[in-house]
Amino acid sequence: MASGAFAESGADLELVGIQKRFPGFTAIEHLDLTIPAGSFFALLGPSGCGKTTTLRLVAGLEDPTEGKILIGGKDVTNLKPYQRQVNTVFQSYALFPHMTVLENVAFGLRRRRIDDAVGKAHEALRLVELDHLSARKPQQLSGGQQQRVALARAIVNRPALLLLDEPLGALDLKLRRQMQLELKSIQEEVGLTFVHVTHDQEEAMTMADTVAVMNKGEIEQLGAPEELYELPRTAFVANFLGQSNLFTGHVSGSTSSSISVDVEGTKITVPTKRAQRHKGEVTVGVRPEKLHLHKDAPKKSPDINTLGPGRIIDVSFSGVSTQYMIAIPGIGTVSVFQQNMTFGPLAGEGAEVWVSWNVDHGFGLEDEPSPTPRFPADTDTATIAVQKKRALMSELEEA
Amino acid sequence: MTLQEGRVVSRAVTRPAPPSRRGARLGVGKWVLPIYAAIAFVFLLIPIAYTFVFSFNDSVKSNIVWRGFTFDKWLNVCDQIDVCVAFGNSLIIGITATIAATILGTMIAIALVRYRFRFRSAISLLLFLPMATPEVVLGAGLAAEFLGAGVQKGLGTIIIAHTMFCVSFVVVTVKARVSTLDPALEEAGRDLYGSPNQVFWRVTFPLLLPGIIAAALLSFALSFDDFIITNFNAGTTSTFPKYIYISAARGIPAEANVIASAVFFLAIILVLAAQISSAVKRKRLAKVG
Amino acid sequence: MAFSAFATGTAQEQAPRRKSKIALLLLLPGILYLMLFFLVPLVSLVITSFQAPVPYGDIGEFQTAFKWQNYVDVVNTYGEHILRSFGYAILATIFALLFSYPLAYFIGVKARRWPLLQNLMLVLVIAPFFISFLLRTLAWKSILSDESFVISGLKALSLMAPDAHFTGTAAAVVFGLTYNFIPFMTLPLYSNLQQLDTRLLEAGSDLYSTPSKTFFKVTVPLSMTGIVSGVLLTFIPAAGDYINASRDFLGGTGTAMIGNVIESNFLVTLNYPVAAALSIILMAVILVMVTVYVKRSGTEDLL
Repeated sequence: MASGAFAESGADLELVGIQKRFPGFTAIEHLDLTIPAGSFFALLGPSGCGKTTTLRLVAGLEDPTEGKILIGGKDVTNLKPYQRQVNTVFQSYALFPHMTVLENVAFGLRRRRIDDAVGKAHEALRLVELDHLSARKPQQLSGGQQQRVALARAIVNRPALLLLDEPLGALDLKLRRQMQLELKSIQEEVGLTFVHVTHDQEEAMTMADTVAVMNKGEIEQLGAPEELYELPRTAFVANFLGQSNLFTGHVSGSTSSSISVDVEGTKITVPTKRAQRHKGEVTVGVRPEKLHLHKDAPKKSPDINTLGPGRIIDVSFSGVSTQYMIAIPGIGTVSVFQQNMTFGPLAGEGAEVWVSWNVDHGFGLEDEPSPTPRFPADTDTATIAVQKKRALMSELEEA
Repeated sequence: MTLQEGRVVSRAVTRPAPPSRRGARLGVGKWVLPIYAAIAFVFLLIPIAYTFVFSFNDSVKSNIVWRGFTFDKWLNVCDQIDVCVAFGNSLIIGITATIAATILGTMIAIALVRYRFRFRSAISLLLFLPMATPEVVLGAGLAAEFLGAGVQKGLGTIIIAHTMFCVSFVVVTVKARVSTLDPALEEAGRDLYGSPNQVFWRVTFPLLLPGIIAAALLSFALSFDDFIITNFNAGTTSTFPKYIYISAARGIPAEANVIASAVFFLAIILVLAAQISSAVKRKRLAKVG
Repeated sequence: MAFSAFATGTAQEQAPRRKSKIALLLLLPGILYLMLFFLVPLVSLVITSFQAPVPYGDIGEFQTAFKWQNYVDVVNTYGEHILRSFGYAILATIFALLFSYPLAYFIGVKARRWPLLQNLMLVLVIAPFFISFLLRTLAWKSILSDESFVISGLKALSLMAPDAHFTGTAAAVVFGLTYNFIPFMTLPLYSNLQQLDTRLLEAGSDLYSTPSKTFFKVTVPLSMTGIVSGVLLTFIPAAGDYINASRDFLGGTGTAMIGNVIESNFLVTLNYPVAAALSIILMAVILVMVTVYVKRSGTEDLL
C-alpha cells in the first residue's frame, strides 16, 4: 500500500523477466533491466519498440504477462497504479481540464491526505517557475507551460520513480532544448530516479546518465551515451544513434591487440578489445566523422585503415560540416563528414579520392552478419496496422 | 461554388488564370452560399414567425383569419383552461421522464464505454432499435401491451412511454462525451493515487457533466414535443401537442400560440445565454493565455 | 485494463469479476426497462397482429389466434398506403438532403472563422424544435391555404391553375415532411462537415481536381457518415409520420400514409390486429431498408 509519506530518495527499479503480450502481438519479449536509484535513465527506440509499454508496466497501467517489477527491492507487480510510489508525466500531459493548475498539482497530495497540500503544490509550482499562473486552467497555458505543470504535478508527490513518456515530443525545437536543461536541473535538485522514454536520440544523449536502446521489444544495448556512440555493439545501435559505415568480411588474421578483416580484398584492422567477435564473418564499422578524405593515395601504415580509390557521388553542405558520399568499387558507398575548416568543398563530385581512419576508431559488431540493409527498417506501418487490427478483433471476440 | 479556398490555391499553384476573370468568378461564388443560407433560415423561421404573430390575433374561436392586434391572449392565457392544463401535464411528463431517462441512460453509457461484458452487441442493438423504430410502432406496441395487461392509460403510461424512447438518446449523447475523454486523464488520476471511486467522481464525472446536461435537455425537448407516441398511450389525459391535434379540426385558440411562443423564446434565450457565456469565457481564456 | 483478461495471478483475476458486477448494476435497470417497455410491446404487437375477433363479441374484442390472413388482408387493403408512405418518405429525405447539405457546409466549413456566428446559425437550425411540431405544420397550412397571399399570388401570376390547391395534395404532404425533418438532416451533416479537414480539399485541387470533382470525390465521401445518419434520422420518422398527411393538417383524401391507417384502426375503429399487422410490416420494411442502406454505404458503426 502507498504510505502517506514521501519517498526519502529515488529508488532503484528492477524488471525481472518481463514479458508483455497483447492479443495478437508481443510488445515485450523478455526484458531484464535494473535502473540504479537517483539516475536519469533513458529508454530510446523507434516507435513500436516497446518502450512506452515498459513505462506503462512500471506505472501499473498495464499488467505484465510474465515477470516481476521491483521498486526499491519491493515487489509491486500486483499493486494498482494508485498504490505505487511512481508518477508519470504523460505524453499528452493529461492535465485535468476542469481543474485549475493548482488543483491539478494538489490532486495527488489530496488523494493521499497529505497535510498542507496547497502549500506543497505552490512550492512545486515555484520549482517550475509557474506559481504566478496557479489559478489558471490548463487550456490557458502554452505547451511548454503545460509540460511544466505536468512535471510539477508528478514531482510534488516525491515519487520514488518519475516516469516521463516523451514529455517533450509536442514542443518545438527551441522550447525542447530549454525544457531538457530544466528537466535535467530539476532531476539534480530533487534527486529522484527519472525514467525517460523517447525516440529522440539527441534528447536521450544530452539528458540521460544511462541510455538503453530498445528495438522490437528487447534492449539492444545499454550504457553511457558516449559508450553507446563510440562503441555500438549492434548494427541497429550503430545506425539508430548517428550514422555508421559498416563493412562485412572474414577475419583474415589477428595479433594480440587487433584483428584484420578482409572486405573484398581490402584489409580493415580493428582493435581486438573494440570488437565483439574475433572469428569468422564479422561486421566492422566506423563513424563518418572519423574518416579523412585524401586526393592522393595515402601512405600505408599499420595504424591506419585505407580505402580507395573511389569517386565522390554526392556532396552536401550542412553548415558545420560537409558530407561526402564516396562510391568505392567492391566496398560500397562510404559516408564521410569533414569539418568546414576552409571555404568550399575539398573535392567536387566525380573526383577520385581515398579515405582513411585511425585503426583505434573502428569497432566490431556482435551481430551475426546478415544481408541487413544499411539502415534497418523500423517495424513498418503496415505491420503495425495488421497487429492493431488483430488485437482489436480478438478483443471483440473476447467481449 | 463550395470549394472556394481549394480552387484559389489550385489556381495560384497550377495554372494561373487571368486575374480579372478569376476575381469575377470568385466574387460571385463567394456570395452564393451565404445568400442561400440566409434564404434557408428565413424559410425555416417562417412558421415560427407566423405562430408568434398570430398569438396577438384578436381571434374569437378559430385563429386563422387576422382580426386585429391584442395583448389579451398573452395576459389571460389560462382563460382557455384546457390549454393550461395540457401545458401543465406536458411539463410534469417532460420533467419526470427526463430525470428517469437521464439516470438510466447515463448508467448504461458509462457501462458501455468503461466495462466489457458479454451480450455487448445484443445490448447495443436493444439501444439502437428504439431509435430506428417509427414512433407509430413504438406507440402502438406500448398501447397493445397496456391493453393486454389491462392498464388504465393516463399520465403514468405517458411517462413510461417517454422515458422509454428518451433512454436511447441519452445513451448516445453521453456515450459520445465519454468516448471523447482522453483515457490518459483517468490514468493520470489513478497514477496520482486516486482510487477507482475517487477517479470516477473527481475526474470522470465532472468531465461527463456537460454531456449529461445536454442529454437531459434533449430528453426534455423530445418529450415535450412528442405527439405520436403520446396519442396512443394518453387515454383521456391531455398534453400540449395532443390538445393542438384535437383542436386542429375546429381551430386552435390563440392561447396555444401564446404558450408555444413563450416556450420558444424561453428556449432560445436559454440557448443564447449558454452560447454567449461560453463565448465570453473563451474570450477571457484567450486574453489571459 | 482492456486486456486484463490476459493477465495472470489472483489479484488480476478478481478484478474483472468485481468490475462486471458494477457493469451489471449500471446496465440492469435501463436494460430491464427497455425490455419491459420496448421489447415486450413489440412481442405483444406480433401477438395482436395474429388475433381474431371474438365470435359474437363487441367491437374491439379479440382473442389469441394464429390468423396469418390478417397480413394478407392488410396488404390487399392498404398496399397503396404502404407504398405511398415510403414514396413520400424517400422524396422528403432527398429534398431534405438537398436543402441541408449546402446549409450544413456553409455553417460547418465556411463559417469556421466566426465561431459565434456558427453557433448562432446552429441555434437557427434547431429553432423549429422549440416550437410545437403540430403548430409549425398548421402554420404552413394557413400560409399555403387557397386564400393565402402565397397561393393567390401564384395564381395571379398564372404559375398555378386558378382551380388548383396546394394543401391537401401529395406535394403539400412531402413539403411538410421535408420541412419538419430538415433539422434532423442538417445537424448530423453539420457535425460531420465541421470536422472536415479543408487541407484535403486543397490537396484535391492541388492534384488537378476541379472544384466539382473535389466535391464529389473528396467532400462527399468524407461526409458519408453524416449523410447516412441524416438520412436515417429523416427517413424513419417520415415513413411513420401521420401528422403531415392528416386531413386536418397538410394532407387530403388521397394522401393517407401508413401511420394514418394505424392510428385510425387502433384508436378509432379499435381494429387492433390490423393496426398491429401494419406496424409490424412498417417496422420490418424499415429495418430491411436501413440494414441494406447502412451496409451499402459502408458505415456500420453508427451506434
